[in-house]
Amino acid sequence: MTAIPLGVPRRLVEFTLDGQEARVPEGSTILDACRAAGKDVPTLCEGDTLTPKNACRVCVVDVEGARTLAPACSRKAEPGMVVRTDTERARHSRKVVLELLASSVDLSTTPSVAQWIKEYEAKPDRFGPDAARVDEEPRVDNDLYVRDYGKCILCYKCVDACGDQWQNSFAISVSGRGFDARISVEHDGPLTDSACVYCGNCIEVCPTGALSFKSEFDMRAAGTWDEERQTETTTVCAYCGVGCNLTLHVQDNEIVKVTSPHDNPVTHGNLCIKGRFGYQHVQNRD
Amino acid sequence: MDLRFGDSKPTDEERAAVDALLGPPESSWEGADRSDADLRWARGGREARDRRDQLLPALHALNDRVGWISEGALDYVCRRLTVPPAEAYGVATFYAMFSVRPRPATVLHVCTDLACTAAGSGELCAAVEARLGPESGVKVERSPCLGLCERAPATLTIRAGHPARPALEGEAVQAEGGGPGAAAAGDGNGKGRRGRKALHATAVCAPATPDRAVTAATAPESAPTEPAPEAAVPQSGDPTLTLLSRIGTVDPTSLDDYRAHGGYTALRRAFALGPAAVIREVTDAGLVGRGGAAFPTGRKWQATAAQPDHPHYLVCNADESEPGTFKDRVLMEGDPYALVEAMTIAAYATGAHRGYLYLRGEYPRALARLTHAIEQARTRGLLGDDVLGQGYAFDIEIRRGAGAYICGEETALFNSIEGHRGEPRSKPPFPVEKGLFGKPTVENNVETLVNVLPILTMGAEAYAAIGTPTSTGPKLFCVSGSVARPGVYELPFGATLGELLTLAGVRDNLRAVLLGGAAGGFVRPDELDIPLTFEGTREAGTTLGSGVVMAFDDTVPLPRLLLRIAEFFRDESCGQCVPCRVGTVRQEEALHRIADRTGAAAADDIALLREVGRAMRDASICGLGQTAWNAVESAIDRLGAYE
Ligand SMILES: Cc1cc2nc3c(=O)[nH]c(=O)nc-3n(C[C@H](O)[C@H](O)[C@H](O)COP(=O)(O)O)c2cc1C
Ligand code: SF4
Ligand code: SF4
Ligand code: SF4
Ligand code: FES
Ligand code: FES
Repeated sequence: MTAIPLGVPRRLVEFTLDGQEARVPEGSTILDACRAAGKDVPTLCEGDTLTPKNACRVCVVDVEGARTLAPACSRKAEPGMVVRTDTERARHSRKVVLELLASSVDLSTTPSVAQWIKEYEAKPDRFGPDAARVDEEPRVDNDLYVRDYGKCILCYKCVDACGDQWQNSFAISVSGRGFDARISVEHDGPLTDSACVYCGNCIEVCPTGALSFKSEFDMRAAGTWDEERQTETTTVCAYCGVGCNLTLHVQDNEIVKVTSPHDNPVTHGNLCIKGRFGYQHVQNRD
Repeated sequence: MDLRFGDSKPTDEERAAVDALLGPPESSWEGADRSDADLRWARGGREARDRRDQLLPALHALNDRVGWISEGALDYVCRRLTVPPAEAYGVATFYAMFSVRPRPATVLHVCTDLACTAAGSGELCAAVEARLGPESGVKVERSPCLGLCERAPATLTIRAGHPARPALEGEAVQAEGGGPGAAAAGDGNGKGRRGRKALHATAVCAPATPDRAVTAATAPESAPTEPAPEAAVPQSGDPTLTLLSRIGTVDPTSLDDYRAHGGYTALRRAFALGPAAVIREVTDAGLVGRGGAAFPTGRKWQATAAQPDHPHYLVCNADESEPGTFKDRVLMEGDPYALVEAMTIAAYATGAHRGYLYLRGEYPRALARLTHAIEQARTRGLLGDDVLGQGYAFDIEIRRGAGAYICGEETALFNSIEGHRGEPRSKPPFPVEKGLFGKPTVENNVETLVNVLPILTMGAEAYAAIGTPTSTGPKLFCVSGSVARPGVYELPFGATLGELLTLAGVRDNLRAVLLGGAAGGFVRPDELDIPLTFEGTREAGTTLGSGVVMAFDDTVPLPRLLLRIAEFFRDESCGQCVPCRVGTVRQEEALHRIADRTGAAAADDIALLREVGRAMRDASICGLGQTAWNAVESAIDRLGAYE
């Protein structure tokens, strides 16, 4: 007899989403429900492979009876909840959060943000030319990847990916506090002195480009980075028997970076140093 | 988890400081150099992971002994506790009292917060800096409120060095009044066991003059004693007092004297009633939390007691870092056994066998008094395996904060105790369900807990008859600023703001009163008939908060005050969420821009402040970001600042 794992049946939670009945499996977040209903709620710190830290607050929604807005990415749907995603109050907070972020860090390499800024009519300039910014020089201390904290929104995704959610290397953490809080390795030293194993899983999850391949960083600096001209090919890593999926990003016949599909049930987008960075041998033509 | 450590080694002094706390390492896996033989044994390392909560005490141990935390020292702590160095670095840099850069052994914290600024701490700071100069070996640091507002301006000296002989700690407390006092944890003649003078010492100086502050900074071990706690209680001796009744009449270092003054009758009654009935009494008494959030205590206790998950924990929130608040300090310094007894009752009622007293790091005398009280209670069977011979086990551990207002937020406090950054957790789940170490936890403010004693001794009904129907019992108020007799006042709920200020001797030319602290709101001098109750202040569109009443006369420049409030929140934001991390900065910038402007010239920035403030209130994770704009908003709307 073959046992077919059916999984524990999950009860459905019924609640009201923007005036309509919504039914989601118990444990789902409001964001899950929004996505299932085809609603567009902006998110930055939420990541498909990580437990959200709900720190960016760009996904806030209005829950009837609550004193404050709720982060859709983390708040679980409860029976009878009445949620509105598009109230003036929620839109106002999202707009201000986008303004606060865009006025303090460089979001030029953060996908979708420009479009949200337009949609919510955010005006990051209105805090004036003297508004404090995280103006940090990019840290280029190794040949594999670059840390440019002037682009960091402190979403904690890299910390979680490096720590107990995936890599278990615990090489990065948040140091300092308030506006001076920064992602950093131990003693704020160079990456090469840290516990980093260069799996690059932090780059994989970074939503802003604050962590990027050295190859990408150099090409951007030279003005030659052009995603329009890139192709993506997913293949299998040939280094060891695990068989991780690699997505090779190729521009002008050169591999310019390597990512990994997040929906792969084995790796969830994580790789090791060889799969992530060891691609030069493929293109050694001498 | 494979941890990687750098090559930096601790000095002997640093190693000794950590070993004095954690004990000598059992195996080389616990931080010493690894030997070949030991490489095969990883057991110790894994065991140490459960001691992550020793991280903050270990950082304190280094800071107390050496004055700062070096790479080698931090790595040594990490090896001993199996904590990743990056995380420990994140923790060490979170707290204002720690430094990861070399600094002099002596740090003089000069309070520049609201009451102290109004009392001239700016000039004090400049004078002290000029007098001490760079050669003095003293680092002067501007500090947020030190919780000494009734004696503004205030300073606190902390000198790192070899700690006092532990056995002397109790004696030091008892010797107080004559000698250097409990605040100087060193022994009187300044000589340590090894005959060295470099003893760890602290000295509180308030009210401070440049002279006295410089003396305290250069010779903290022989600084003059602080005034007794009852000096902060202008009503001292008044027979109608309930919460403050023992302060000034009881010897805070004597358990016998505490018992002679009615101590431990409440605990006996609690044992006679049983846990469920104690919770019923507290519920029927209508006790509401005094920490600021005004949550019904009985409900919190009931919810915790009912949790099937065990163990349950009790946490006493003695972080008291809200500017303008000092009532918990006075209670702990003047009547420490009362808190020990009250915690025992709360634990008994909610099924906890372990209690943590999270005490703000800037309260040396409260630390000495409570340490002594807990030890005495333990010796006499009032804490430990068999409290009062009733077969109930309960003990209390003190944890020192290290300079972070946010750690007063209940979930940030859990993270701090557990050895993580003091960042608030998102709720739900609530602490009664998943609190400290992920277990059901009841967390209460010091004053809340101390109220449990009269509830049990006088009975719920008599207690509930004090105050108003919805705000029952006595309430402590911390009055400071432009008044003749600043201090802690006890009044039944329902007295008006004016009555309180009259008691405290309000001066002429009152310009504004800050109610509820930096997270509260300003009211006008013509609003003094506001009843001091939760419902009364709510109706008046303001809040009672933690019971702060700061009076400002018209010599105090309002815009400077508002700037200080904005600066406070910018400094104290944990940085986790965007509305608070960046919003507090944008608010401070806007207030700077309009510092000298009014009317139309300020209108744009005020509109900006309102928009940012609204998003902070709606979208921040915790109460800090949610309330950071309250006081400034109230100053604009109620006082017409910038008009
Ligand atoms: C930023 C912030 C700081 C706080 N600081 C304190 C504090 O210093 N002491 C305190 O008792 N409660 C403080 N609280 C309130 C606590 O989170 C919590 O509500 C309280 O300790 C619960 O005890 P109670 O029910 O007895 O009032 C603070 C809250 C916030 C949001
Ligand atoms: S570096 Fe990237 S992933 Fe890490 S916190 Fe910053 S934005 Fe997030
Ligand atoms: S990425 Fe690393 S683990 Fe995965 S197959 Fe390649 S070499 Fe193996
Ligand atoms: S509101 Fe402020 S203090 Fe609270 S979690 Fe957010 S950043 Fe931290
Ligand atoms: S995406 Fe929900 S708070 Fe960031
Ligand atoms: S001690 Fe200085 S303001 Fe409170």
